[in-house]
Amino acid sequence: MTYIAKPRLHHPSLVKNKAGYTRRDYEGAVSTLCAGCGHDSISAAIIQACYELDILPHQVAKLSGIGCSSKAPTYFVGASHGFNTVHGRMPSVMTGANLANRDLIYMGVSGDGDSASIGLGQFAHVMRRGVNMTYIVMNNGVYGLTKGQFSATADKGSISKKGVANSDSSIDMVSLAILMGATFVGRSFSGDKHQLVPLIKAAMAHKGAAFLDVISPCVAFNNHAGSTKSYDYVREHNEALNRVDFIEGREEITTDYEPGTVTTVQQHDGSLLRLRKLGEDYDPSDKVAAMKRVQEGMHAGEVVTGLLYVDPSPKDLHDNLNTIDAPLNTLEAADLCPGTSALDRINASLR
Amino acid sequence: MPQDVGPIAVKPQAIAAVNDFVVKFANVNGSGSASANELFARSILRMGVPVSPRNIFPSNIQGLPTWYEVRVTEKGYLGRRGGVDMMVAMNPQTWAEDVKEITPGGYLFYDSTKPMPASMFREDINVIGVPLTAITNATYSDARQRQLFKNIIYVGALSVLLDIDEKEIQRLFGEQFKGKEKLIDSNVKAMNLGRDWVKQHVDLDLVKIKVRKADNVGDRIFVEGNSAAALGAVYGGATVCAWYPITPSSSLAEAFQAHCKKLRHDKETGKAKYAIVQAEDELASIGMVIGAGWNGSRAFTATSGPGISLMTEFIGLAYFAEVPAVIVNVQRGGPSTGMPTRTQQSDLLSCAYASNGDTKHVLLFPEDPRECFEFTADALDLADRLQTPVFVMTDLDIGMNHRLCKPFAWDPNRELDRGKVMTAADLDAGKTFGRYLDVDGDGIPFRTYPGTHPTKGSYFTRGTTKDEFARYSEEGPVYVRNMERLQKKFHTAGKIAPQPLRYSSPKPTRYGVIYFGSTSPAMTEALDHLEADGNHVNALRVRAYPFAQSVEEFIHEHEKVFVVEQNRDGQLRTMLMSEFTLDARKLVPVLHYDGTPITARFIAGDIGKKLAQFKVVSFEKAAS
Repeated sequence: MTYIAKPRLHHPSLVKNKAGYTRRDYEGAVSTLCAGCGHDSISAAIIQACYELDILPHQVAKLSGIGCSSKAPTYFVGASHGFNTVHGRMPSVMTGANLANRDLIYMGVSGDGDSASIGLGQFAHVMRRGVNMTYIVMNNGVYGLTKGQFSATADKGSISKKGVANSDSSIDMVSLAILMGATFVGRSFSGDKHQLVPLIKAAMAHKGAAFLDVISPCVAFNNHAGSTKSYDYVREHNEALNRVDFIEGREEITTDYEPGTVTTVQQHDGSLLRLRKLGEDYDPSDKVAAMKRVQEGMHAGEVVTGLLYVDPSPKDLHDNLNTIDAPLNTLEAADLCPGTSALDRINASLR
Repeated sequence: MPQDVGPIAVKPQAIAAVNDFVVKFANVNGSGSASANELFARSILRMGVPVSPRNIFPSNIQGLPTWYEVRVTEKGYLGRRGGVDMMVAMNPQTWAEDVKEITPGGYLFYDSTKPMPASMFREDINVIGVPLTAITNATYSDARQRQLFKNIIYVGALSVLLDIDEKEIQRLFGEQFKGKEKLIDSNVKAMNLGRDWVKQHVDLDLVKIKVRKADNVGDRIFVEGNSAAALGAVYGGATVCAWYPITPSSSLAEAFQAHCKKLRHDKETGKAKYAIVQAEDELASIGMVIGAGWNGSRAFTATSGPGISLMTEFIGLAYFAEVPAVIVNVQRGGPSTGMPTRTQQSDLLSCAYASNGDTKHVLLFPEDPRECFEFTADALDLADRLQTPVFVMTDLDIGMNHRLCKPFAWDPNRELDRGKVMTAADLDAGKTFGRYLDVDGDGIPFRTYPGTHPTKGSYFTRGTTKDEFARYSEEGPVYVRNMERLQKKFHTAGKIAPQPLRYSSPKPTRYGVIYFGSTSPAMTEALDHLEADGNHVNALRVRAYPFAQSVEEFIHEHEKVFVVEQNRDGQLRTMLMSEFTLDARKLVPVLHYDGTPITARFIAGDIGKKLAQFKVVSFEKAAS
């Protein structure tokens, strides 16, 4: 694999956002994933979300582990720093990075092998610590780079491309994230950008641990009959609970909604989440109900999608540690070094 | 026996010594003895007499045997001496071994409340029985009070027997319980219970080991290496500490927390200018350190051998992706879980070459708490300057024992040396940014912190191969160029890391000795012994890896060089052989690795024996 940069020439008529950037400014290098890979659709959704949120591209820090999904940060927001860490350990690196500079926007990208198998422990702990981040699992139920082994999110009974039935129970990342203390949890499908883009925007505006499980079919190894992560299967079984409209705080609300069809959740930063009801009554701020509904869906073979759980006023890791407002990486010797008179006192106390 | 002749029976050849003896306390873990024993050591220190105490403790919280050995040493020899002149035997479980350990002519101090059969004692030692339990129970009814004050009572008793100034003990109570007058009074009272009983019942001339006021402590401080290293991290500007509890390093992270609480809160807002995370395991703790280092914060972790094993993959990433990280390894006995509460220097190889592929890491070897402070602060600078993991290789002996050392010192003008960081202004000025481009010829490239500039200076950090501009590349020549630059950077490290210190024999000699870390105090003493025996040896204390040029020169200067280490395999010797072109027979291993700190007696004995053999061989050679 070689590195393929995209040409930097932009058409002069491209529309700029409020930050002064065009949508193309949020792109990265050319993807080296397979044609039709769901991951590329998710990268495109991230690009769209960042553009619509008017984020300064260099204010994003992208982190990933190892695997097909973990290559994705190369393919979006090329003007930001990225860190392709080691397998399953991105959460700890992101935690440390977040501690060092609380002002950046942290985007963690991982896969089902990276987060549900080797990295399950770190996945759980980054959620319970409330690291302010958006953590996306591009979930295809299969190991792509090593050519088609089941991953831990593959459903029990699903059939591999080679015709083998999976005998192990699957790990549901959404249930786990809610259980571990994530304060924003959603599931979506790479093939539904109308649902996915606003979910990513809302997750990025959430000041806490936000997790999105995005089913992302693997066209090379897991898109056949018998797979529960194929395009066809997910389309047929997608049970969307709501559709999110993400509205930044200062914006006027112009859309009209039928009375009784919308739930509004105001996040800590002032942004509004308007949840359009689809079919059933669902309150995403009820953690226990969320767990129940997700489990019921699994039992029925549904892929329950939408915003599943949100705590609108979360506390993040910095709140819990009571760290100063300035990023720790901006502090100098004058801020950090207690000086010689303090040292004299310490010496005196040790005699 | 003792009950027939009263509480004391003195043997003719009683050990007599002033300010030069070893007292060992045998206690039960969790009985509150630690603070009483420390009080004993400190009171002698306050009399101007250097002491060197060591905890010998089990991997246990309550109930198992624990020992505290105090070496009283007017000459200031701070290594473990070996041998016991007085045993304070407070633990029935270990009575037999404790009594056996006393040097003939030495003293046994015990609780004589219950009569003991004569078979429990030895003919060639001096026995001092004090009915500690009886005295305690007659005064205190509360169970916890009885347990704690019994310890203070024996300190009081010992103070009379050994001539320790009671005023110094009282002063120490005053400092320890400042503002809690009741506690001061009750402790003084307990001390006097012990003192009074001994004065009334024991002939004081029978104990011939004594403490006498001296002036040999100077301005030195008495501190544990772990606390010192943690303070070094505060002064060195560490803002992120991620750790996972593991003996014997846990107290380092806890000390960092304690220091930060006092020294690192914003005066106006009360907010913390640091972040400490107790991670879920060592993999996560080093991951957090690397994340913070990548993002421009100074970060460190503290761990021990098994933790290093777990961190190895991440350490390789930090080496190859060139991310600063500081790892304080408080070494313990290995392999595997090994001896968690015993000391060794056995992680040199696992740290120096941690991770797959061609990796090499910078190691610093502090000799005492003062250097733990200094080297931890230096390691934070070095990690930033070299953009690589730096290990501070301390051990349990330094880390968890109070050690007398030079006071901490700090240059008031010292700034954090962040190394080569390109700023937004640099980028705007048109400087070329290649993340892995060697612009200065020292192998060290420039880096940018995430979020520096809207359009310039961003790059992708990865554990895979890349070119000078951080672009993924698997091309052979690109890979080789990068690996050679890393090698060059490693040579630079050897120049800027702490240099070795040489101690030359007063007479010219063909023999040299190389040593490092916690072996230092024992070596200082051993060199005196060797010199006194007419064995002249030059010594070099190695303080960092990669080795300075002077290490190779030192080896070439001598016919034989002893390499003294606290491990089985001669790990430093292996590293010396792999770094320099040497005849393996030239480096003679002197190895001590039973988990106890190395002693001067061992070093001088082993080197003396080997020197004698060499001389015999030389004579034979001459004859033939």
